[in-house]
Amino acid sequence: MSSNLSTAAEQPTYDYKIVRQFAVMTVVWGVVGMAVGVLIAAQLVWPDLNDILQPYTHFGRLRPLHTNAVIFAFGGCALFATSYYVVQRTCQTPLFGGILVPFTFWGWQLVIVLAAITLPLGYTSAKEYAELEWPIDILITVVWVSYAIVFFGTIVKRKTSHIYVANWFYGAFIVVIALLHVVNSMAVPVSFTKSYSMYSGAMDAMIQWWYGHNAVGFFLTAGFLGMMYYFVPKQAGRPVYSYQLSIVHFWALISLYIWAGAHHLHYSALPDWAQSLGMVMSLILLAPSWGGMINGIMTLSGAWHKLRTDPTLRFLVVSLSFYGMSTFEGPMMSIKTVNALSHNTDWTVGHVHSGALGWVAMISIGAVYHLLPVLSGRKEMWSVRLINTHFWLATIGTVLYIAAMWVNGIMQGLMWRAFNADGTLTYSFAEAVEASYPGYFVRVLGGAFFLLGMLLMAYNTYRTVVESEDEAADAQPAAA
Amino acid sequence: MDLNTLKGLSTVFVMIAFIGICWWAFAPSRKKQFRDAANLPFADDVEANQSKLHREDDEDKKAG
Repeated sequence: MSSNLSTAAEQPTYDYKIVRQFAVMTVVWGVVGMAVGVLIAAQLVWPDLNDILQPYTHFGRLRPLHTNAVIFAFGGCALFATSYYVVQRTCQTPLFGGILVPFTFWGWQLVIVLAAITLPLGYTSAKEYAELEWPIDILITVVWVSYAIVFFGTIVKRKTSHIYVANWFYGAFIVVIALLHVVNSMAVPVSFTKSYSMYSGAMDAMIQWWYGHNAVGFFLTAGFLGMMYYFVPKQAGRPVYSYQLSIVHFWALISLYIWAGAHHLHYSALPDWAQSLGMVMSLILLAPSWGGMINGIMTLSGAWHKLRTDPTLRFLVVSLSFYGMSTFEGPMMSIKTVNALSHNTDWTVGHVHSGALGWVAMISIGAVYHLLPVLSGRKEMWSVRLINTHFWLATIGTVLYIAAMWVNGIMQGLMWRAFNADGTLTYSFAEAVEASYPGYFVRVLGGAFFLLGMLLMAYNTYRTVVESEDEAADAQPAAA
Repeated sequence: MDLNTLKGLSTVFVMIAFIGICWWAFAPSRKKQFRDAANLPFADDVEANQSKLHREDDEDKKAG
């Protein structure tokens, strides 16, 4: 029997090095990207901050750096780390791909560094969330195809008969991002650093927002739902509430998201029927989004007490609450009459951050807090109390941020549409800007809270990794 | 058939596909299969494997 036990205790030797690299870089890029975010938020309150090193520190150049850093560097590293971990553990086999595995890490870091250099220098294709110029776009494509080969190769050689639902979401995310990136980045280069989109006019706008909205739907949603379907059950210690619901959730979500992009172009040159179609599809999207959220939260039924003692689980569950909130807000804002008020105001910015800070960042943070002890061979993080402090900083920061932007956005929308009896505008644009200052200040405050939490996480990560290395060094002679 | 009729019917096709997926997922015959699938995140845990092995040992004893 003892021999039986020893074979049972043997897990396949998983490739954890790549997971550890991406997990640590998640924390590093999270701090960097959010620090830039706090800086540009401060620039809107104190415009002098634009002049730190003109023209490189101008808001217009740092803003795409912030979005690229938090979405593709922080979010991207979190997705790489967790997808590589989850696909190995649920397929019970090490990663496929050999040299391609480290290539995806170093290639992706190179993309991030190139973005951090070229965007402040002013090289941009001016497509939102796809600003990087064509040579970097080609590098992204090469890294992404390698990622797909590693991920799907691992699924092909799996030891289990079933492909766990988290891998379906990760798989959809990888395939659709490849498709979106290649189609939207089609461009005619005029020099090494400048290119023009292959599309023009309303067609260019529609393709850009088909890309833009599905970057949200597949990068920031499907990928992180994959994370949710593994880490929430794992941290709660019980299987997902309804596996059947997760299957319906998957197919409904991926078949609906792809149609919703037109809601970014309400009242534009886009044909009216396409705008209405985008609105209707966005409204229907509420159903699978909430199906998934309920499935995640109900996984805790019977284990709610764990929330009291486990701040990591709290991160994961509160992220789902924010997911539910922002996926209710999104369809509502896509209604044309609501959009007439919210479009181009800070409400949109608030909505994005309720998803980005509340959902994407919090579930990633929760997943990394789950991963780091496993990867370092420890029972828990160096300090669980610091995780708890981080949780409250992140929650308060997010709430301050989105509440400030709600107030600002609705106020701006109402001021812009206010008419006098004789048909002239009641307020000039500058008056709406001036009225936004208090909200901008609260946003800096909220962002600073969130960033402070990330700094605590960085310190906690450092202590966890370093001490487990020390312990391993100490334990070696004792074991021998 | 007119192409526009087909476009209109696509709504019906999508509806049928959705009902089909729901039926496939919730069919009682697949209940056990999905319960096992839901436990995949725990399948490669060291402790889980040990307790499963204990159970198998017990079953062996019963059979013997």
